[in-house]
Amino acid sequence: MGSTSADSHGDDGVGRRDLIKRSAALGLAAVPATGFLSACASGGGDDSSDDGTKGATSKENPFGAAKGSKLDVVIFKGGYGDDYAKAWEADFQKKLGITSTHTGTQEITGKLQPRFNAGNPPDIVDDSGAQQIKVDVLYKNGQLLDLAEVLDAPAIDDPSKKVSDLIIPGTLDAGLQGGKVVALNYIYTVWGLWYSGKLFKEKGWEEPKTWDDFLAVCQDAKKQGIGGLAHQGKYPYYINVAIMDLIAKKGGLDAMKAIDNLDPKAFVGSDAAQAGVEAIYEVVEKGLLMPGTNGLTHTESQTRWNQYKAAFITCGSWLENEQLKQTPADFDMKFMPMPLLPDSALPFTAIRAGSGEPFIIPAKAKNLAGAKEFMRHMLSKEWSTLFAKEANSLTILKDGVDPSVKLRPGTQSTVEASKAAGDDTFRYLYTEWYSEMGAAIEAASNELMAKRIQPKEWLKRAQAAVDKQAKDPASKKNHRD
Amino acid sequence: MHKGQYRFVAGFLLAPVSLYLIFVIWPYIQTIGYSLTDWKGQSQTFKFIGLDNYKALFQDDVFMQAIWHNILFLIFIPVITILLALFFAFMLNAGGRSRAGGVRGVAGSQVYKIVYFFPQVLSLAIVAVLFNAVYRSDGGGLLNGFLIKLGLVDAENPMEWLNEPNLVLWMLVIAVVWHGVGFYLVLFSAAMQSIPRDIYEAALIDGAGRNQSFFRITLPLLWDTVQTAWVYLGIVAMDMFVLVSSMTQNMGAYGGGPDHHSDVMSTVMMRNFQYFGKSGYACAMGVVMLLLTLVLSVVMLRATRRDRVEF
Repeated sequence: MGSTSADSHGDDGVGRRDLIKRSAALGLAAVPATGFLSACASGGGDDSSDDGTKGATSKENPFGAAKGSKLDVVIFKGGYGDDYAKAWEADFQKKLGITSTHTGTQEITGKLQPRFNAGNPPDIVDDSGAQQIKVDVLYKNGQLLDLAEVLDAPAIDDPSKKVSDLIIPGTLDAGLQGGKVVALNYIYTVWGLWYSGKLFKEKGWEEPKTWDDFLAVCQDAKKQGIGGLAHQGKYPYYINVAIMDLIAKKGGLDAMKAIDNLDPKAFVGSDAAQAGVEAIYEVVEKGLLMPGTNGLTHTESQTRWNQYKAAFITCGSWLENEQLKQTPADFDMKFMPMPLLPDSALPFTAIRAGSGEPFIIPAKAKNLAGAKEFMRHMLSKEWSTLFAKEANSLTILKDGVDPSVKLRPGTQSTVEASKAAGDDTFRYLYTEWYSEMGAAIEAASNELMAKRIQPKEWLKRAQAAVDKQAKDPASKKNHRD
Repeated sequence: MHKGQYRFVAGFLLAPVSLYLIFVIWPYIQTIGYSLTDWKGQSQTFKFIGLDNYKALFQDDVFMQAIWHNILFLIFIPVITILLALFFAFMLNAGGRSRAGGVRGVAGSQVYKIVYFFPQVLSLAIVAVLFNAVYRSDGGGLLNGFLIKLGLVDAENPMEWLNEPNLVLWMLVIAVVWHGVGFYLVLFSAAMQSIPRDIYEAALIDGAGRNQSFFRITLPLLWDTVQTAWVYLGIVAMDMFVLVSSMTQNMGAYGGGPDHHSDVMSTVMMRNFQYFGKSGYACAMGVVMLLLTLVLSVVMLRATRRDRVEF
């Protein structure tokens, strides 16, 4: 490169480097925005025209799914894979003569946001994973079908009963928006603490029933050079589960509902909330966390736990599938409910139980009848067993897995825990209703775990998040009794 | 130019300019439109709400903080990268011992030139993975493992590099500088090679040392290239989305932690756009980003303008 003016041609020319500079300056303005702008392209039109997807209704075919029609299925292909869905689709074609176009992907938002905006969404979607479109967002945009019709239809296994009668009570709640079930959270999930049966046997530890026992195990572990509690610190969602579980077990369902219903005393002024967050902070203050766990991702800390570097970890029941490759063969993964604080309202066996993996039917789906029929089949024992076989997980169907399917030890221990819990289950809904409030509380929990704020400040920040959410007029539509 | 040439040039420009209009300018206009609505991102039903989004924006502490972080990046990333690249380039081209033969670089400069360029070959996503391994918050991290071995860090209390409010921005700056310095080294070094040797030799005869020949000769003659580098690094500093969203503590989505201490405009915007479903509001952020970057690029080009030296 030499002088720039040497490259210019007379008066009206633009130097090469000037040109580069100017276009770079333009680029400076353009780069940060373009990626996101491409998502804004307007589409329009709303053709819910009937194109032969609705046939005659009958007892076996309550929605009139039409033979020969096509079903557009989009499945989140994450920890559970998408083989189960392919098996379903093959069976669906065999039984009803409806062929499916199958899309297995992790990029739910990228693939579907433009289609929702343009008014031509798929017929049924497993809206999950890190790139899911949040269900509250879809609902607010009026894109979701009220699933009552499917849930009130006759069940496949027993046509004298409704589909919803065969579902584990409470598991539909996670799909509630504005009082309607708009998402079918298909996988039965429990949350709590996990430990290695092998490690506990070796060290002679017992599953702790109270918080003091839990701290004692952590302290003993610490003495032997093992961390007490591990959590997936880079995603404060996980430690929030532990804090919220302690609050619900201490204060009972009322303490939980106060948070979901945005009570002005949900945190500040709630004894249960104070006891819960102080208990977790005790772990931090006594140095019983696994070293460095606050900054680790979920896979990093879970793998450390698999390497016997921590006694406990917080997680939901997807943990075993997620860690299949990292778990030693003799690890003997075990689930346990959160230990009890003194004078708790709920018993030790009470667990956070609910459902995950939301399946939705878009309100503007082309083949609505086919999609509803597909979902009705999902809640049959045959398809539920197919799922358990392919994905080593339980579905929300009561007794929905054929005994011939052998579950892995962790999943098996969740089956036993939920039997022991019986009706003593609880499930927060604010995480599905108020993404923004959830994020604000997570930010506060991250500060708490790093000892940068104290429990008192945490309560204040959590309450501020609740109060802010309560000001949003849209929040009035959500309420639980 | 002759008259016919305009039509000729216009013919060639038609395709690229229309692409630019459709895929860049038109989305900008749409964004401005959406920023005046309460669009929630997943359907085409929304209300016109005037400037409410903009009013809310200026009371949004998280976004204001994010602007400040971008400004810090805008100052430190270009300054550190350019200074390091200039220093290395000078050492590689004219930093060697002066001998009777004239001016040359330090020994092995050809090898260094290639080695320094390596990081530039990696995509930002890979840089994020690499530096996540370096900064990992337990003994398994490169930095922590090293410091624990040296006894400078307690194995029970390792440094959580990316979970420290006062450190996290600097940790990101280090990653960006590491990634970028090689490219600018090559850029500056190519420019330096085009400076005629006899100028240096004349200076040498007049008794100029390394410092003098750098500040009196190299830098003034490189000014155009430095200016270009500044603009490019400005682009990097105004973006930072990839590294922040994939390295820092999660604040709901797209990183930004701890407690929003590493949030930049693009991560706050994406979080509002996708995760909170406040898409109209996010579009208002996009418009503010556009205005800020326009102002900054004009200021940068003005501020660095100097008389051109011809040689």
